[in-house]
Amino acid sequence: MGSLTEPPPPVRRIVLDAEPRVVEPSAGGNGNGNGSGHLRHVPRRRDPATAVRERMQVEGLTISYGAKVAVDSVSLPVRQGEVLALIGPSGCGKTTLLRSLNRLTELTPTASRSGRISLDGEDVDGLEVTQLRRRVSMVFQQPNPFPMSIADNVAYGLREGGGRRRSKSDLRPAVVDALQRAGLYDEVSDDLDHPALRLSGGQQQRLCIARALAVGPEVLLLDEPCSALDPRSTETIEKLIVKLREEVAVVIVTHNLQQAFRVADNVAFMYLGELVEYGPADQVFGSPRAKRTRDYIAGSFG
Amino acid sequence: MRRMLSAGTWTDQRVERLLGALACTVLALIAAMVVFVFAKAWPSFAHNGLAWFGGGGNVDRQLAAIFDSPSNPQDYVYTLHAWPMLYATALLSGIAVICGLVFALLCAVFIVEFAPEPMRRVLEPAVRLLAAVPSVVYGLIGILVLVPLVGNHVVSESMKRSVAYVVQLDGTSLLVGAAVLTVMVTPIMIAIVVDALRAVPRGWTEGAAALGVNRWRATWTISVRAARPAIVAAAVLATARALGEAIMLAMVAGSVGFAPNPLDGLLFWFEPARPLAATIVDNAEGLSVVPFGQTIYAFAAVLLVSSLFLSLAGWAAKRPLKRYGLAAR
Amino acid sequence: MTALRAPAPVPPVRHGAVESTASWSRLDRIGLALCWAAGLALCAICAAILLFMLFKGMQFLRPALLLSHPLPDLDQSRTGGFLDPLIGTVVLTVLGIAFALPIGVATAVWLTEYGRPSWLARAVESGIEIVAGTPSIVLAIFGLIIFQEHVFGFLSFTAQGGSVFGRSFLTAGAMMALLAMPLVVGATREALNAIPAHVREASYALGASKARTIRRVLLPGARGGIATGATLGMGRIAGDTAIVVILLGASLQMQHGDGPPGYRILSGTGSTLTTYVYNNSPAGEGNAPDKAYAAAFVLLVIVILLNFAVGAIGGSERRVAWGR
Repeated sequence: MGSLTEPPPPVRRIVLDAEPRVVEPSAGGNGNGNGSGHLRHVPRRRDPATAVRERMQVEGLTISYGAKVAVDSVSLPVRQGEVLALIGPSGCGKTTLLRSLNRLTELTPTASRSGRISLDGEDVDGLEVTQLRRRVSMVFQQPNPFPMSIADNVAYGLREGGGRRRSKSDLRPAVVDALQRAGLYDEVSDDLDHPALRLSGGQQQRLCIARALAVGPEVLLLDEPCSALDPRSTETIEKLIVKLREEVAVVIVTHNLQQAFRVADNVAFMYLGELVEYGPADQVFGSPRAKRTRDYIAGSFG
Repeated sequence: MRRMLSAGTWTDQRVERLLGALACTVLALIAAMVVFVFAKAWPSFAHNGLAWFGGGGNVDRQLAAIFDSPSNPQDYVYTLHAWPMLYATALLSGIAVICGLVFALLCAVFIVEFAPEPMRRVLEPAVRLLAAVPSVVYGLIGILVLVPLVGNHVVSESMKRSVAYVVQLDGTSLLVGAAVLTVMVTPIMIAIVVDALRAVPRGWTEGAAALGVNRWRATWTISVRAARPAIVAAAVLATARALGEAIMLAMVAGSVGFAPNPLDGLLFWFEPARPLAATIVDNAEGLSVVPFGQTIYAFAAVLLVSSLFLSLAGWAAKRPLKRYGLAAR
Repeated sequence: MTALRAPAPVPPVRHGAVESTASWSRLDRIGLALCWAAGLALCAICAAILLFMLFKGMQFLRPALLLSHPLPDLDQSRTGGFLDPLIGTVVLTVLGIAFALPIGVATAVWLTEYGRPSWLARAVESGIEIVAGTPSIVLAIFGLIIFQEHVFGFLSFTAQGGSVFGRSFLTAGAMMALLAMPLVVGATREALNAIPAHVREASYALGASKARTIRRVLLPGARGGIATGATLGMGRIAGDTAIVVILLGASLQMQHGDGPPGYRILSGTGSTLTTYVYNNSPAGEGNAPDKAYAAAFVLLVIVILLNFAVGAIGGSERRVAWGR
């Protein structure tokens, strides 16, 4: 509490019939080209002419934590060339499903899984788990750059992936390439040896994407990557996701329906562990077949 | 806020000053400790100069000469070359902390990552228990079990004969002292490092796993790296404990002020070594003789300065690690 | 396209085990083996120490030892017990904590609740760390220097010629307080910091002054932490030997000092279990290893019980919910 020698703050009068004041953004925009200054998110579907390649198949997957069933008999394809969005209310099992694709559910002792997940035709249980995770990479909800420099972060998967540790200078080209694919290189090209924790939230998340891309995965899993970020960073990352779908199969979990609409080509709606509906984004959002899907998209629950 | 509370502010200020004064007694005590110990120890340093820290002569004989000084203050004997004891202190503490740190790191990683659940449930309380065992109990086990073992079974007769003209190899030795000291300082290091490893954010460990890095590599490159400040703190704590260990080493590492000679090869490990703290304890009865007392106070002064330096070193070593976002503990 | 129906059911795969090390490099596997070796060595050492002391204690401890006074016989191995040292340990521990608690709690309260000016608070924190890191032998020597001054003559024996011995339970207790104080301060600070801000704000909002809030709300709430700190401190005091050797004289039986009847015990000298063990080992004068084992066993039991008490207090306090 300040001293009483300062004047007290001014009192605002409330006038009941006053005209509402609307703040219009100034003409000319702030440099992102729209002129109106606000962000415009346009859905970017894939070009139907480009070929898709099936990367992963999920068949009859059931995951339980102890007695509680988190994912109930789900079957889905994951294809390179398109973005698959998993949507649904909290607790519907979409994150669990995502985490099972790279066997991250095994980190929880009480988890058990039945059903089959295959990567390029091979059962993932037959693969060495560290090798699987290099082929199926994941980016988490909270950006989690390691307490190292930017270059060390991106090179981490390559250095520690087994076998002899390669020197940092050997890996520098791979680091630069990954940062360019993630769209971060221009911003950090001078600071590659600076601590990664000094970056902003959006930059950290792109760093995590670069780190995931550096190991050369075939599938990229994104667990609500933008939920901790501001709208501008979100737009940058959404553009990045769309650009990446040519190179890797992308699966994104999001609780933001608009984001799923903007970014995804195929959408899977899950509810209480069951796969309720799966189909092209325009169809699931435009004319959903299941009533629960319609209710969820209309906002009746969730 | 102060002026608005009419009743009770007077008590508040008074209480704050009282508590502050009590809190500052710690600072006053430390200042008094430094001043008094150095004041009492000064004559010993003054008479010897820098040679106090050097070598030369048999330390025990020098101490005996000091003890037998004539009672005329003019004739007090102060000659002392304390190098064997300084050397023994550094040797014992250094070996114990280095071996202990390696051992503690491996054990901590084992407890946090690789130990099966039943083993972990036994190990963790066991480590805390070991940390609480008094040093005299360690000393007792050392002197009644390890020392006879080394003296009678490990050191052969010929070895004893080869150095009999200089020193007795009766089992109280550098080896036993360093071994028991290592066991004494390790549990507290394990406890600190385990806490630090557990506090590493899950995002980092999960992120490393998701990149296809195996558990061992992930633990060493991420968790242990993130725990570096705690490892430094643990090492500093262990060194402080090792430097000040008096009773156990007095029982186990020999009561002779001898400097083990690394050029003796294997015998180096079996020679006795008595560090500063143990010397103080061994000679505590002679404190009433003035020059002797002042010499002992000089030992205490050296120990005091080293522990002050340790605190400073620990604080200085942690600062650069804050740069990479490692939380200071 | 709706969900595909599941194919034939496959039995559930339970996971969570350690991954196989088949794909690890040799260096990684060596590292893992070293970890296991270290863990097993730790188990072995713990078991060896505890079981050995248990065995020897059971072998040599008789109730008579606990209850009889030590006799000043030259042949220590046959006569007397260690009642005096046992009492000495108890008296010293209680005395040390009695001195340490007020100052420790006051310091902790000042550091968490006031702490102005901040350079002074940082200095006090560093001071506590320095005291925690100072070897107990140095504290003992410091105590000897101080308490041998004439002004402190009332605390211990004073010889006819006027020289003050500086050795008594009181002087040893005072220095033991320094040993225990950092533990008390640390535990109390943790407990005070764990009390959420809204509890303090509620008290101030009701018009209580800060001093009253501390006395009525915060200190009772931090009771568990204070008890933990006190117990940790007692464990440390009970296990220390160096201060006892220097400041308590380590006489076998309790010698009473000068002064009024109750005070005589405190200003006199005696010994504790720790110096008893030391003196009866081959390193000291007596040569009664079996009594040393028995006393060491009793000491170990006391320290272990104090340790368990810390765990028990800590456990019950954690169940206090501050209501978020």
